[in-house]
Amino acid sequence: MIRDRLEMALGVWMLLIVMLPLTLLVATLTLRNADVMGRPALIWIALFAWLVWQMIGLLASHFAARKWAQFLAPALLGLIILFAWEVTVRAFVVPLVILPAPSLIVVRFFSSLPILWSDFVQTFVKGALSGYLIGCGAAFLMAIMVDKSDFLRRGLLPVGNFVAALPIVGTAPILVMWFGFDWQSKAAVVVVMVFFPMLINTVAGLREASVMQRDLMKTYGASYWQGFFKLRLPAAMPFIFNGLKISTTLALIGAIVAEFFGSPTVGMGFRISTSVGQLALDMVWAEIIVAALAGSAFYGVVAIIEKGVTFWHPSQRG
Amino acid sequence: MPRTVVSVLTVVAALIALWYAAVVPMNIKEALTSAERAGQVVTPDSAMLRRDTGAFTLITNNSFAIPATFNQARPRLPAPHQVLAELWNTTVMKNITSKRSLVYHGWITLSATLLGFAIGTGLGILLAVGIVHSRVMDMSVMPWAIVSQTIPIIALAPMIIVVLYSIGIQGIIPKAIISAYLSFFPVVVGMVKGLRSPDAMQLDLLKTYSAGQVQTFWKLRLPASIPYLFTSLKIGIAASLVGAIVGELPTGAVSGLGARLLAGSYYGQTVQIWSALFGAAILAAGLVGLIGLAERKLLKRMGFGT
Repeated sequence: MIRDRLEMALGVWMLLIVMLPLTLLVATLTLRNADVMGRPALIWIALFAWLVWQMIGLLASHFAARKWAQFLAPALLGLIILFAWEVTVRAFVVPLVILPAPSLIVVRFFSSLPILWSDFVQTFVKGALSGYLIGCGAAFLMAIMVDKSDFLRRGLLPVGNFVAALPIVGTAPILVMWFGFDWQSKAAVVVVMVFFPMLINTVAGLREASVMQRDLMKTYGASYWQGFFKLRLPAAMPFIFNGLKISTTLALIGAIVAEFFGSPTVGMGFRISTSVGQLALDMVWAEIIVAALAGSAFYGVVAIIEKGVTFWHPSQRG
Repeated sequence: MPRTVVSVLTVVAALIALWYAAVVPMNIKEALTSAERAGQVVTPDSAMLRRDTGAFTLITNNSFAIPATFNQARPRLPAPHQVLAELWNTTVMKNITSKRSLVYHGWITLSATLLGFAIGTGLGILLAVGIVHSRVMDMSVMPWAIVSQTIPIIALAPMIIVVLYSIGIQGIIPKAIISAYLSFFPVVVGMVKGLRSPDAMQLDLLKTYSAGQVQTFWKLRLPASIPYLFTSLKIGIAASLVGAIVGELPTGAVSGLGARLLAGSYYGQTVQIWSALFGAAILAAGLVGLIGLAERKLLKRMGFGT
């Protein structure tokens, strides 16, 4: 209510211009004295959160349609959480083994870039990515075969649906036993994890072209493969990309969890489980940042390719 | 319908046949080693030579050993009947309070899964209601909910377990938290979609009835969201189970399906791993099936899709 009154009096921009330095002032004062603050820190956190929340409110009521506001609003919420986290940890002297401060995690992240990079290469590039390519490729070829036979489709789809809901990460110990500790076993886990979601989506997609459209291809005298490449594959693309996007997350999960069952002394899952054992939680968080970045970047790249390939689909035009 | 059943059964039968066929080359080397120890003549006759020989050459040269590959104590790939026997022995034949009963371990995991699922679903629905009714939350929270689905959250699991352990919380709660976390975001995203699914016409109609926001919620938005809710519940419960199983891995837990997997992989008890895996699969299928059943019953009573 205070905000509405002030907004009436000052206008949106003036209000923002007044609030911004105020918020910065609160933030600097709090951060500078956080170590000796104790209980009152909570009041300062609440004040900061309230100020930033009001700014998000201003964005939401005036700039909701703007692109920059759509990025800024979640970023500001993230800022509130980071600020509360940092100040709480410092003011209440939370031990490192329970929750390290964000600043500490960032320092750790940048000071151990070489280790993080080699873990990333081992788990993501060697394990997840190769497994993803093999698994999705195999599922795609299998889907084409399944699609050709009505019998197979009816038999395999319920089985595939069933398998896709199972806790497939559980196969990790078996595959580690078969393929050894190195990345091959991680890739194998990823292959098993992404295969069925990809298969189901591709088969569903290949059924997407309507009977009318297929008949049209037939009247043109198109062969099976011409009809496949010119009509049914493009029509299946939204479904295929749906499967590809689901699989990105599954691939990373598979590669990381498989390392809990045995790995060489490098890799994200290995680093997480050993750092937890040494109570080096800042390293664990740094590794989680890597996983988060890798996961969303992987998803983002697939989504960008999708945008290019399925530009004609209603969901991409809006 | 019968045609579908026939094709499904054929596919399952083919998979089992494939499995049996794979057992022979996977286990032939171990089978030959133990046959040699028992004094039988094996070609080639030293383990070193056999290591460099292909599995299929070994099979054709030593076809007498094929039956033995199906009945090893610690096979590389146990045969389906071995897994079934182990499942039977550890469920029906054991007292369910026994530490060697799979039912006991399954219950440990299931209880964490259900607790976490209930917490995650409840919080998820609450957050979705907030997001639908508040522009500010929609703009600031929703992108995080979407992005978080592309992040392998499960990487957090070992840390959550250990940190909670160090502040004195252990047992079912840490696993339930991981389960809750995994089922939370699918429910949020699905429920937001569902609560927004009534179109402008329907919302306008309620406005002409002069219904308030609360009435609109209970009479239109919530009922309209139920199909979406069930779709995400099915994803959520499967994710919850995975969370509970993975939550048992890093602490060296002694009970639960995840602990069975881990212990099996430490001691090379492959049959135990496979039976725990099938136990988990049956559990997952049962949970998803139950939700599917509830979905069909409820949606039918509500008049969807008739």
